[in-house]
Parts: sequence; structure tokens; C-alpha cells
Amino acid sequence: MTPTPDILRVDALSVSVRTETGLHPLVSDLSFRFAPGETLAIAGESGSGKSITSLAIMGLLPPPAVRVTSGAVILDGRELTSLPEDQMRAIRGDRIAMIFQEPMTSLNPVLTIGRQLTEAIRAHQPISRAQARAMALDALTAVRLSQPERRLGQYPHELSGGMRQRVMIAMALALKPQVLIADEPTTALDVTVQREVLDLLRDLQRDTGMAIILITHDMGVVAEMADRVIVMRAGRVVEQGDVRQIFAAPTAQYTRDLLAAVPRMRDRAATGSENASFEITEQNQIHDIRFTREHPIARLENVVVRFPLRSGLLNRTTHNVHAVEGVSLTINPGETFALVGESGCGKSTIAKALVGLVPHQGLIEVDGQKLGSLDATGRKSLTRSVQIIFQDPMAALDPRMTVGGLIAEPLVIHAIPGDHKARVADLLSRVGLQPDHADRYPHEFSGGQRQRICIARALALNPKLLIADESVSALDVSVQARVLALLGDLKTEFGIATLFISHDMAVVDTIADRVAVMFLGQIVETGNRAQVFGNPQHPYTRRLIAAVPVPDPTRTRPETVRLAGEIPSPVHPAGQAPDRVIMREVSDGHLVAQD
Amino acid sequence: MTDIAVPDRALPPGPLARLMRRKLAVFGLLLIALVVGGAIFAPLIAPFDPFQQNFDGLTIEGAPMPPGGAYPLGTDLLGRDLLSRILYGARTSLIIGVLANGMALLIGTLVGITAGYFRGWVGSILMRFTDLMMAFPALLLAICLAAIFTPSLWIVAMVIALVNWVQTARVIYTETTSLAERDFIAAERTLGAGTGRILFRHILPHLVPTIIVWGTLGISTTVLLEATLSYLGVGVQPPTPSWGNIIFENQTYFQAAPWLVFFPGAAILMLALAFNLVGDALRDVLDPTLRGSD
Repeated sequence: MTPTPDILRVDALSVSVRTETGLHPLVSDLSFRFAPGETLAIAGESGSGKSITSLAIMGLLPPPAVRVTSGAVILDGRELTSLPEDQMRAIRGDRIAMIFQEPMTSLNPVLTIGRQLTEAIRAHQPISRAQARAMALDALTAVRLSQPERRLGQYPHELSGGMRQRVMIAMALALKPQVLIADEPTTALDVTVQREVLDLLRDLQRDTGMAIILITHDMGVVAEMADRVIVMRAGRVVEQGDVRQIFAAPTAQYTRDLLAAVPRMRDRAATGSENASFEITEQNQIHDIRFTREHPIARLENVVVRFPLRSGLLNRTTHNVHAVEGVSLTINPGETFALVGESGCGKSTIAKALVGLVPHQGLIEVDGQKLGSLDATGRKSLTRSVQIIFQDPMAALDPRMTVGGLIAEPLVIHAIPGDHKARVADLLSRVGLQPDHADRYPHEFSGGQRQRICIARALALNPKLLIADESVSALDVSVQARVLALLGDLKTEFGIATLFISHDMAVVDTIADRVAVMFLGQIVETGNRAQVFGNPQHPYTRRLIAAVPVPDPTRTRPETVRLAGEIPSPVHPAGQAPDRVIMREVSDGHLVAQD
Repeated sequence: MTDIAVPDRALPPGPLARLMRRKLAVFGLLLIALVVGGAIFAPLIAPFDPFQQNFDGLTIEGAPMPPGGAYPLGTDLLGRDLLSRILYGARTSLIIGVLANGMALLIGTLVGITAGYFRGWVGSILMRFTDLMMAFPALLLAICLAAIFTPSLWIVAMVIALVNWVQTARVIYTETTSLAERDFIAAERTLGAGTGRILFRHILPHLVPTIIVWGTLGISTTVLLEATLSYLGVGVQPPTPSWGNIIFENQTYFQAAPWLVFFPGAAILMLALAFNLVGDALRDVLDPTLRGSD
């Protein structure tokens, strides 16, 4: 144990939920202790009880059903679980602070940032408004927010996601707490923003010496941030120990599985072997590509999608959101084409344009048919060739239909003759579910199973192109790995081409054949996987790759250049358009935007 | 590391069987059956002619008789038997509260769902018309309509339907706009589903709870609106009884003869409550996410 006294100790903590059938344990017999300046990561997949643990420490368990049934939480020698609410309130925010996953929902949208910060401070310290304001300003400066003075007068919706999370951190740190609980603090953020927030947390910890409990599902984040790790599963501690030891020599099978499931970027710099192996596969593919180049499954040429912003008395279009600006790409049969970029770069808009959910300009040709010139029946028949899988499977399935009904839906819509029941059973077993699951409803399944249902539905019409729009982002890593494996199987088995849209460079690196990197509605770099990942040319691509957390605690990350400002806006006044990038060919098929 | 297993469960019973398992729903259905039965068989079960001014129906002082004796629910100011009038009045009030209200609900739902799904100019025109109807005094409109056509029960029902759909339309419109943005509707569109299928197979089922709430609220408001119209002379003409006009005729004597307001009021309450109980149960039974909680 560390020689310094523990700041927080959790002793045999158990939390249970009361249901009609009795008490169900959510967290059982959890014990840990940690010292000032230390970072403890609680890692686990959904349902592991990691968030419940943090709420138990904060005394924020949802009453009356969920409560601490045994054990103790001792902060600086003081037992917290038996403390009355009014004393707990004084500790919360002052001694222990918490930041949540979703900064937008944690901030009150109708109050200014300054008001929310000063109120949080004044709730704990008897100081004047002006003094609180000065403290708030200090806090905003400390989290490296640009123009802190101006931010005080702004409302949450005026800030970007990364800025909002910084405000949350500022709010949590304004009173200099001894313990900071960060519950998935970067999960809702883009990778480059995640990088900045993680750097910020580490710097702040070094300066203030606070202890951080980091709750996350991302083993990359764990490796980069934590000193010690607790791996939880189904409310129990699976393994606990030093971060290096957990990553180097995990003792529990679950930890090993979890680490194996984490998508990793290939280490190209070390060996250079991939280039060699790639050349071989490319030789093999040349024949295929020549054959297929004449018949791409999807071809986009100079596609533009703009959303008008109307205002004024006459409701005229004053500005346009240039979501997609002159994108050209081709997807060949049987290949996995990945579109990567951060939120707002237009990658999902391309997916929606491809399936006809948003209107577009330019040429989109799917399976030899021009999308824009189709009538209603033509569009309907086109849906047989292209199917899309959405990010959130629960949202994409009508909760009032049975799984069988949902999967049979495309068969009914297109009046496909034959035994629908048998087809549904066949599809269900194809995606790894039981045929008798057809009578159940979506809410009876887990997230990964629901995504399988979506995939089964998409496969019902034997499409030639499958669009996966962030389809694995919301899933736990182990489930994610299996859904990715399923997509890979489908590709080899049926020769389905996939347009894989993702923000996760590590996932893309594991499954893509070709990659296009998007920034502000335009493609800035494209090529096959080895070209883009092995030899990234565009600064944005490099930054994206550098920002990916690496699940290896021994690796020292090279210092990245911090982004000076915010990402420029895709909104332009009517009649104006952003400058188009000009692509230059680096090597065969590897195109990069010129600066 | 495995996906969470789906617990085995027996094949679920049909919606009707599950509805019948709920005691309150069965109670509601019985109440409705009671009202409908009373309305249909009024001539057989009513102890008196509802229009008959009975000689012994008033006290010596000329006041109405309290409940009890020959008149189970008492008599009204003209010495007519209240129970008989309530039984016959059920005919009018059922037509108004169920049929007219149902029509209003249907119009409101269709307008709301169409405007909410299509938005654009279709939605604008429909919703501005709805706003106009909302701003226009409903009573005035009803009086105008009733004045053009000769007053009869069916005209009154139509007038009430044409006046009462607006609130439903507004609420359904708002809900549909948010439902139409949901991913599963987008997913349906990418499967090639037509508009009709999306609207009636995928959006409408999600509106059922709202429709039920507005439907049950509508029962008492329409029954009373009918009474208002009768009172103004454009509704059901006296002496034809309806629950609403019994209340209106007698409201000034509420203190002297409270039963004259209490019993028809209780009848309206009972009808609304019955539909509310059945509606609530129906909503739960039709929602698959609540399976097993009954």
C-alpha cells in the first residue's frame, strides 16, 4: 500500500435494488482504497455496476428502490453512507465532485454558464456574487477554455460538446475537491476532443493533487490515465491491481477476453511488415479491381448536401449548412469502404443521401441506377440493393412489433413470395440468434442482440450494399468485436459490400479495405487501409490517428499539438460555398487534399 | 462475455385475454354494458314514461319529490320520473359522448397525423386551419351550424364532432412530428415502406395512449357541450331528455333538490370513468414493453 493516508476507502460495499421479487444485488462486496493524486479506473461493460458504484459514493442512488445494503464509504475518516442528506449535500460538490457522460444534459439549458458556475460555488461557500464570479472565471481559465470572460455570459447550446465538458470539469473543480469522480467523461466526445479532455484532466490532477475515480468502458482510456484498475463484471470485482500488471499479465479470464476484444490500431512503425504483406494481397486484388471497376456497386460524384437555414419575415434561406460538399467515391462489390471523421463532418449525411433519406445534388449511382432520377417504384426497388444499419438498434426497431414481424417487414413491403416464417428463422440463426426469438419484442434483448436483429432485417432482401452508420459505436467492446466478426463473415459469405461509417480509427483499422477521411463535408484523404494508416499524409488524418487512446500503459504517447481553436463551422451565408479541396495523388489510389 | 440471455417465457396470451385478466378493465366494461343496456332497453325497464308529468310527482307545495318511494331517484320540477329520464337520456348522451366524440377523435387524429408526418405546406395549411378553429368560439360555430340545419340529435352530434377535434389534432400533430424523427421510422423508409404503412402500422400504434386520454376526456366535455347547445335552444329539443340538459334544467334548484343534478352528473362520471378504465387497460395491454407486469 502507499505510504500516504487514504483519501477514500470503500469497504465491502453492496448496493441492491428492491423489486417485486426481492432484493437484487447491483454491486456486491466492493472494496478499494486510494490516495491523493492517484487515479483509479473502474472498468467494465454495461451492467457491471460501475456507475452505480459512483452514485453510491456520491450518495445519489435513486431512492427508494436502490440503496446501500452493507459496507461503508469512508472519505478522510468520515463514513458517508449513513450521513443524513443535508450533511451529504455539503460534501457533494465541495469534497467530492462528479462529471457525467453527457455534458449537454448535465447543464441547465436556460441558465448562462456563469450563473450555473457561481451558483454551484455559492451553494458551498458564503461569498459574494462578485467573488464567486472571480472564482468561476479562474476555473474556466484553468480548464483552458478560450475567451473565458465571454463564456460566462453564454448559454450551454452556444458551446460545442468539448467546451461543455470543460465547463462541467470547471464546475466540478471550482471548489477544489479532494476526489473527482469522472463517469465516462469522454465517451460522448470526438477522439481529438477526448484527447484534449484527458490531457486536461491529467494536468489538473498534477497541479491540484486530487484523486480521480475514472469510470469507463474504454480500455484505451484506462491504459492512458489510470494508476490502478478495478475490472468489474455484473456487480463484482473481477480483478484489481496496478495498471501495468493488469494489461501485461491479466489473471482473470474475463479481463483477458475484454482486452482481446479491444480494437487496436496495427503497430506499423515497429515492423513495417504490413506493407510487405499488403503488396501481396494487392497483387491478388488487382485482377478483382480491374474487373469490378467497371461495375461499382455505388458511385458518388461531386455529391453536395445542403440544409437551408431560414429566417426573417419572408422565411427566406439566409444561410446553408454545407453538410456534404463535393464528395466523390466509389464502392466496389464485396469491399468494406470506411468513412471516418468526427461528429458533424457529414459522414452520416452521405449514408442518408445514399438511402434517399435526404435530398442531394450531384450524382449518386447505386447498382447502375441514378438515385435522383428514380420514381417512387424505382426508389422502392432500389431499397432492395441498399440497406442501412443505424447506430442505436433500440431506436431503429419499432418497439411495438415482434422481432419476427420486424424482420419480415421488408419481405411484406416488397411482397416477396415464399414462407416468411422460415426466412425469418433462417435469418435469425444466420446472425446468431434463436429462431424462436421471433415472437419476442426488441426490449427483451440486449444491445448486441438488437443490433443483430437490425442486421437480420437488413439482410432479408439480400442487399448488395450494407451501410453501417456507427453501427457498433454504442456497443460494449466484447459485443462490438462479435458484431464486427459477423459483418466480416457476411462479407466473405455473401460478397456484400459495406460502407462502414465510424469515428473510431481503431475499429476502422481492423475491418476496412479502403478508407476515406472526412473533414467539414469534404474528403481530405482516401486510399486503401495500408496507405491511409501506414502513411497518413493529411494533418487531420494524422491528428485523428494520434488521438486514439492506445490500450498499452507502457507506451509513452508523443506530445501532440493542441488544437488552437474550435473546428470551423459548416454554415455559410446563402450564395457562398466553402472552398473545395483539390486532391493530389500520392501513390496509386492514395489521394490527399492539398493545403 | 456472452450476450445477456433472453429468459424463457410461455407464449403470451392474446390482447383480449390479457384485458380480461385486469379487474378494473372488466369493471369498466360492465359499466359500459350497463349504460348501453339501459339506453337500448329503456322502454322495457323505465318505470314511467319520461315525458309524463305525474300528478303524484310533486309535493303538495309543488316541489319535486326526493328519491325513494315510487320514484327511485325522485322527480323533477315538472313531476317527471328522474330514473326514466336518465335511462332515456342515456340514448342521447351515448350518441354524443361516444359517437360524436369518436368522430371528433378520428378527425383530429387524421388531421394531426397527416400534418405531423408531411409537415411542409400540407402541414402548414392543416395546422393553421386548426389554429383558426381553436381561436373561433366553438359555441358560436355550433350555434351557426345548428341554425343552418334543422336541429336534431344527429345534427348536434355532427356539430360537436366538427367543433371538438381541434385539441386532439394539435396534440397528435406534436407527437407525430417527434415520432417521425425517430430512427425506426427512418429505418422503415429505407426498407421501402409506403406512407400509408408508416403512418398506420408504425406511427398510429404509438399514438394510442394519447388518443385514449383525449377520448376519455372528450366524453364528459361533449356530453356537457350538448347540454349547452340544448340550453341555447339549438341542441336536442326538450322534452327529449339528455344527461346534460337534465343538469341544465335543474341547476338553479341545486340546493333545494340536489338529486336532480347529482344523479345525471353521476351518470356522466360513470360513463367517463368506465371508458377511462377500459382505455387505460387497453393502452397497457397493447404496449409490449409492459408485458408481464400485469
